[in-house]
Amino acid sequence: MFGKLSLDAIPYHEPIVMVTIAMIALGGIALIGAITYFRKWTYLWTEWLTSVDHKKIGVMYIIVAMVMLLRGFADAIMMRTQLAMATGGGEGYLPPEHYDQIFTAHGVIMIIFMAMPFFTGLMNIVLPLQIGARDVAFPFLNSLSFWLLVSGVALVNISLGVGEFAKTGWVAYPPLAGIQYSPGVGVDYYIWALQISGLGTTLTGVNFLATVLKMRAPGMKLMDMPIFTWTCTWANILIVASFPILTATLALLTVDRYLDFHIFTNELGGNPMMYVNLFWAWGHPEVYILILPAFGVFSEVISTFTGKRLFGHKSMIYASGAISVLGFGVWLHHFFTMGSGASVNTFFGLATMLISIPTGVKLFNWLFTIYQGRLRFTAPVCWTLGFMITFSIGGMTGVLLAVPGADFVLHNSLFVIAHFHNVIIGGAVFGYIAGFAFWFPKAFGFTLNEKWGKAAFWFWISGFYVAFMPLYALGFMGMTRRLNSSTNPAWEPYLYVAVIGAVLILFGIACQLIQLYVSIRDRKQNMDVTGDPWNAHTLEWSTSSPPPFYNFATLPVNAGLDAFTEAKRDGSAYKAPAKYSAIHMPNNTATGVWMGALITVFGFAMIWHIWWLVVASLVGTIAVFVAHAARDDQGYMVPAEEVARIEGERLKAMGLATGSPVHGARVESFERV
Amino acid sequence: MSKKRYPRLFGILPFLGMLFLSGCNWTLLDPKGQVGIEQKNLILIATGLMLLVVIPVILMTIAFAWKYRASNKAANYTPDWSHSTKIEVAVWTIPVLIIIALGYVTYKTTHSLDPYRPLDSDVKPVQIDVVALDWKWLFIYPEQGIATVNKIVFPANTPVNFRVTSDAVMNSFFIPGLGGQIYAMAGMTTKLHLIANEKGEFDGISANYSGAGFTGMKFKAIATSQADFDAWVNEVKQSPKQLEAAEYEALAKPSENNPVALYGAAPADFFQTIVDKYEGMKRGKPVHHEKEASKEVAAVQEVDTSMHSAAGAEE
Repeated sequence: MFGKLSLDAIPYHEPIVMVTIAMIALGGIALIGAITYFRKWTYLWTEWLTSVDHKKIGVMYIIVAMVMLLRGFADAIMMRTQLAMATGGGEGYLPPEHYDQIFTAHGVIMIIFMAMPFFTGLMNIVLPLQIGARDVAFPFLNSLSFWLLVSGVALVNISLGVGEFAKTGWVAYPPLAGIQYSPGVGVDYYIWALQISGLGTTLTGVNFLATVLKMRAPGMKLMDMPIFTWTCTWANILIVASFPILTATLALLTVDRYLDFHIFTNELGGNPMMYVNLFWAWGHPEVYILILPAFGVFSEVISTFTGKRLFGHKSMIYASGAISVLGFGVWLHHFFTMGSGASVNTFFGLATMLISIPTGVKLFNWLFTIYQGRLRFTAPVCWTLGFMITFSIGGMTGVLLAVPGADFVLHNSLFVIAHFHNVIIGGAVFGYIAGFAFWFPKAFGFTLNEKWGKAAFWFWISGFYVAFMPLYALGFMGMTRRLNSSTNPAWEPYLYVAVIGAVLILFGIACQLIQLYVSIRDRKQNMDVTGDPWNAHTLEWSTSSPPPFYNFATLPVNAGLDAFTEAKRDGSAYKAPAKYSAIHMPNNTATGVWMGALITVFGFAMIWHIWWLVVASLVGTIAVFVAHAARDDQGYMVPAEEVARIEGERLKAMGLATGSPVHGARVESFERV
Repeated sequence: MSKKRYPRLFGILPFLGMLFLSGCNWTLLDPKGQVGIEQKNLILIATGLMLLVVIPVILMTIAFAWKYRASNKAANYTPDWSHSTKIEVAVWTIPVLIIIALGYVTYKTTHSLDPYRPLDSDVKPVQIDVVALDWKWLFIYPEQGIATVNKIVFPANTPVNFRVTSDAVMNSFFIPGLGGQIYAMAGMTTKLHLIANEKGEFDGISANYSGAGFTGMKFKAIATSQADFDAWVNEVKQSPKQLEAAEYEALAKPSENNPVALYGAAPADFFQTIVDKYEGMKRGKPVHHEKEASKEVAAVQEVDTSMHSAAGAEE
């Protein structure tokens, strides 16, 4: 009846896990209680959960990302304390079977369920606005993508209390991830969480590619799209090209585990090296999917806060494209030590190094954007400058790892851990946090508290250096990754220092939470009435903050590069049009929620071999989709009067009922010197 | 346990000084083998080349951000300046030149440091076969006819030729003090060539996570004089234990933190037998069930070796 599932699957004997579950349960009950008490269920359901509005979906993505950041960070701090305590023959407080799940979960969560939704959320909020669109190409598909991600998140978190998570490392190499060496449900949780959320990511990639190709404001040229939109577009091209590889690889691993195939195990002609190649053929483009949008954020932040155009806009587009294309030809550098031979290793080493050329170009272009600018040291700028310095170091250690002769001693060591945290924290995460602060007023209508934002920055960056510089050193001392205890007294001081770094980052995260609280409390003082709090260049700032659900009352026409800066200069900004027209918008739908829920049940049933439930949930999912597709839903029209009313209110709030040019001071700051 | 550890966390401050003085502990920067020395030099050269561009970028970031701060009204302000062909040419050329230099170094060293390339030496190499098991290392000396667990001894200044495989999951065979690593994979043979330039005892590890007992999967690699090596071989030969099928089957069962074990006798082809166990399971070959496998491996030693995988190591 319940397949492999029984009450034994709940880890009663692990006090750490049980306490965590108890806290999650209490938090969940408190949340549900609060929503019920404040009678917000209907609001939550109609305004958020069933919404197909890209801005709201984007906000929900970022909320998921932040919750998962806390979960992934809790894993990180447990690993660091374990390694600081398990010294000198000690065993620490985490047994191997728990510790091994923690480092696997940390990697999966931080990449798939923190970084990916954070980037997707920013892209959702910003990209359609930047190209002057009213929504994405396929609004329902966007909702479905989000709920598929939530499904993956749900499965990973269920694994905490029901059964176990994979103990294989986040790469899940067979034969270790095969049924013989991992007979438990951990790898199955891994497979289905990644498979389902990966499907959502692929759909997001398709959706946003269609959006930039078909939904740009009339007359906007591809090369005139803002740089953040461009870097997201390159990331989406990578998603569409690489995520199907992950899907196929996981499917092959699935038949290995479920149907006794031997595609990735030696029996019957299988080959684990195939998995390693396929995994990284997806895995390496994946890291560029994470970093490219962050590059876009930094470009927007720097060009806004220097009050300058971005230096080398075209050059930046080509550089991002070069990174994307080259990123597909370098996967083997993750396993130079597999014995491929000198010529193959040389090819992949050189291909990897080539990527540092366009990346270097980008750094120089940011430098020359600052050059002869008027740089305002806001929190997003702090993150950007911190990134430029930190990422230079991370890039250098990355190129060092691309030299096969050097990689032979550094491979799989803590040097590698330090390197990729250097580029993922110092690159992607700093970028997302900068983008969060930068576009927060656009999404919510008020700016974030600067003081707490900068405090968070200083804790994060100092914490990063204190936590990860010792790991570079430990790599040189021959300490490998995924060890559960320290076996060399010389490593110990470095491990202690790394804990201090993790605690500093914890303070940084605390500052961010306080920043959110303070900013919401003081929102009345920090309202963004104009919709353009930073005096920025691009179209998303031309509409109100938060934008009306239809984004733009009239679509921008012939928007060129830095369209909003041009509009502010020629006086066309903030002008009410001669007349408003009715606007066609999509209806909300609960289909995404139901499909996500049913697919979660499907994944859970697959994991526990509850076959009747597998069939039932799969049939249910398809039925819900067919019912949705069969409906004749043409969306609805927002009447012109309604648009005029909403726009009138905004202009009135700005004191601009006449639509006269505003912001004398702002326009002045852009005068030619 | 944890109560005992906490005071150590408070004793961090004295360690901070140690961090900067303990360079001699940095195994990879103080290798005792020729391969490791060349790899260390490569790391230093590559890092130096990259610092040529990384240091200026970091300095420029700080200098530009400071000079062009909003409050510095004395600095030039050119809000619309966004293109300069000269600068564009320079910013593409500088990284290209660095990468050309680094690429040349990479091309040369990837071939000279190829782990499959036998080392140049007048001394006859010692052959050691390595089998990664859950979670210990089995070493077979085919020429001496002995075997060990979690310990190898070999003469210094003599090339050591390793053949590496696994009879469990993937591991990576690594002696950081001597030089680079190579994966150990079931059904496949990888090769590694190392040499110790001086006598010494080195830590050997698995550098690829392999499951619950991974942390304890360590061995000692001891470089001695030729005479001491010969004496050690004779000593091992006195060991009553012999590496044969039943003994191996017991050894191959998962176990953690294994002590050193010595086998006085081991068949010279034992390594190939372990590799070929998986060869027999290839498509078109009869499938062996676990119980029969040990009996039949001998029969399939003469396998068709034309079925080489393109994906990596030799099968």
